[in-house]
Amino acid sequence: MQATDTHPNSAPEFRVERATRASRTTLAAGAALLALLSSMPLWADSSWLRQFTEFACLLVMAQMWNLLGGYGGMVSIGQQAFIGVGGYALIVLGNFLGLNPFLCIPIAGLVAAVVAIPTSQIVFRLQGGYFAIGTWAMAEIYRLVVANISAVGGGSGTSFTALYGIARSTRESLTFWIAVVAVFGSIALVYLLLRSRLGLALTAIRDSEVASESQGIDVRRTKFLVYVMAAFGFGVAGALYFLNNLRISPDAAFGVHWSPVVIFMVIIGGLGTIEGPLIGAALYFAMSKIFSDYGAWYLIALGLIAVVVTIKFPKGIWGFVEQRWDLRCFPVQRRLRS
Amino acid sequence: MLTWLDTLLQGVMLGGLYALFAMGLSLMFGVMRLVNVAHGDFVILTAFAGFVVVDTLHLHPFAAMLVVVPLAFGVGYAVQHGVLTRTIGRDPLPSLVVTFGISIIIQNLLLEIFSADTRSIRAGGLETQSLPVGGGLAVGWLPLMIFVSALVITALFQWFFDRTRLGRAFRATSDDHEAAALVGVDNRRVYALATAIAVGILGVAGIFHGMRTTIAPGDGPAQLIYAFEAVIIGGMGSFWGTFAGGVILGVAQSIGFRADPGWGILIGHVVFIAVLLFKPNGLFPKTR
Repeated sequence: MQATDTHPNSAPEFRVERATRASRTTLAAGAALLALLSSMPLWADSSWLRQFTEFACLLVMAQMWNLLGGYGGMVSIGQQAFIGVGGYALIVLGNFLGLNPFLCIPIAGLVAAVVAIPTSQIVFRLQGGYFAIGTWAMAEIYRLVVANISAVGGGSGTSFTALYGIARSTRESLTFWIAVVAVFGSIALVYLLLRSRLGLALTAIRDSEVASESQGIDVRRTKFLVYVMAAFGFGVAGALYFLNNLRISPDAAFGVHWSPVVIFMVIIGGLGTIEGPLIGAALYFAMSKIFSDYGAWYLIALGLIAVVVTIKFPKGIWGFVEQRWDLRCFPVQRRLRS
Repeated sequence: MLTWLDTLLQGVMLGGLYALFAMGLSLMFGVMRLVNVAHGDFVILTAFAGFVVVDTLHLHPFAAMLVVVPLAFGVGYAVQHGVLTRTIGRDPLPSLVVTFGISIIIQNLLLEIFSADTRSIRAGGLETQSLPVGGGLAVGWLPLMIFVSALVITALFQWFFDRTRLGRAFRATSDDHEAAALVGVDNRRVYALATAIAVGILGVAGIFHGMRTTIAPGDGPAQLIYAFEAVIIGGMGSFWGTFAGGVILGVAQSIGFRADPGWGILIGHVVFIAVLLFKPNGLFPKTR
């Protein structure tokens, strides 16, 4: 039988693009930045180290909230539950069990992840907006429970005494290095996670839960994994924050004041991108240093900005950049190029 | 025995206030699937409005309600029409972020205007009067009035929703807003009216709250959580369910406070978690 005239090769060739020039540049710049930051304790002023650590906590929180809300579709206003659990885990492990205070940081993250398991069983019964308030109610519950435990100072809190006897410079350098690891680790975690099978599943769930379920994705399990991972990240950030601060109280640790900060950073920077939380965290940190003297008016302005950006510019700063210049520093999607 | 009976009675009365808080949250979610994170802050905002009206116009708090309720109704309508309607959609994130932003704005504006001092609305001695109900028990006039108001408002809500033309439009929009629009319902107007009613009754609830206890600018979030727990305990879709949820929460907190002052709120939370775990649809669910 005569073959038809079509050649199998006549169709234009496509290839799947997973890296861009910007992403390779970002990788190189990231490596250089990592080297520079690692040497900072040798030459920088100790106040810089403390400031960077504070910034690192915010950045890790922003990345984790973005993973949860931007990619996982779980809008939580109760992640302070895990900031608090992480912070108090640090106190208990360091002060009472005598563990190495710096080793306590990852362990505190694990404790937060473990607490997230039963928490998820409760909040996952709520949908959409009620899920958000449910997470907040859980954070309040943990706050009240901790405020009723007199061993950790009850409502007035306690100090992190496990650091007595460690030289100040050692303490500051180690805290700083942990902060650097937390920053790069949180970005790498989200980046690699989204490029993996789980990332594909998450994207599918975001587009349609029903359709992805019918394609064999275990929606509940995927969301559960993301929720627990985000809790781990918030736990690490919380522990690091209170290691830097040396003092903790239930209101500081479990207070709802964390949520507007975290949500603000992600919304302004750009939801559902890795670059967005980075920019948002940097912008928020700079603003808080410049304007925090204005107190209530400053917070009113933050609230207003969040409202306007959500309605008028729902993709945030990075969404604009991405569209305008087709720039992708952390490409997590598979794009067809001819 | 008598103290426990008294605790129960006080809890039921307190639950009436929670039911008043919860009614609007339940209405807004029912009609628009929108959760107003600023709901508790609107309670405190109306309480402060009541405080100002009582203080400057020297009105009785009940007369002040006649001023504050229409004001709150108008604020609700404007906020929904001007801002919130643009956030309604399949994705809950925009409405959550925007109402959260509004919550921060209200709290800090109140803080800027009234400072962090606690205040309370004077009710001309009503706060301390009580009605003996036999057996050595007495119930305060004010809590009783709050409870009866909650009963009346719940009944009105249910009647309005089930029997009136506008209530039918609310239900139609709730079931399928596109189909409702096809048969001539103006969804934007329905949304704005729903929020106006939800915030409007907070004019009553907020002033009662300010008479019953002290108020401070940062008190809103706690009221939101109580309202939310009342809705979840009661089960979605019925106002009487929400009312019952408020009463159960009030009784739980009241028993907790009697056992140990540090536990009151916590026992309420425990009941909320128990309901979510064992009856995830609430105790009296009814799909609207």
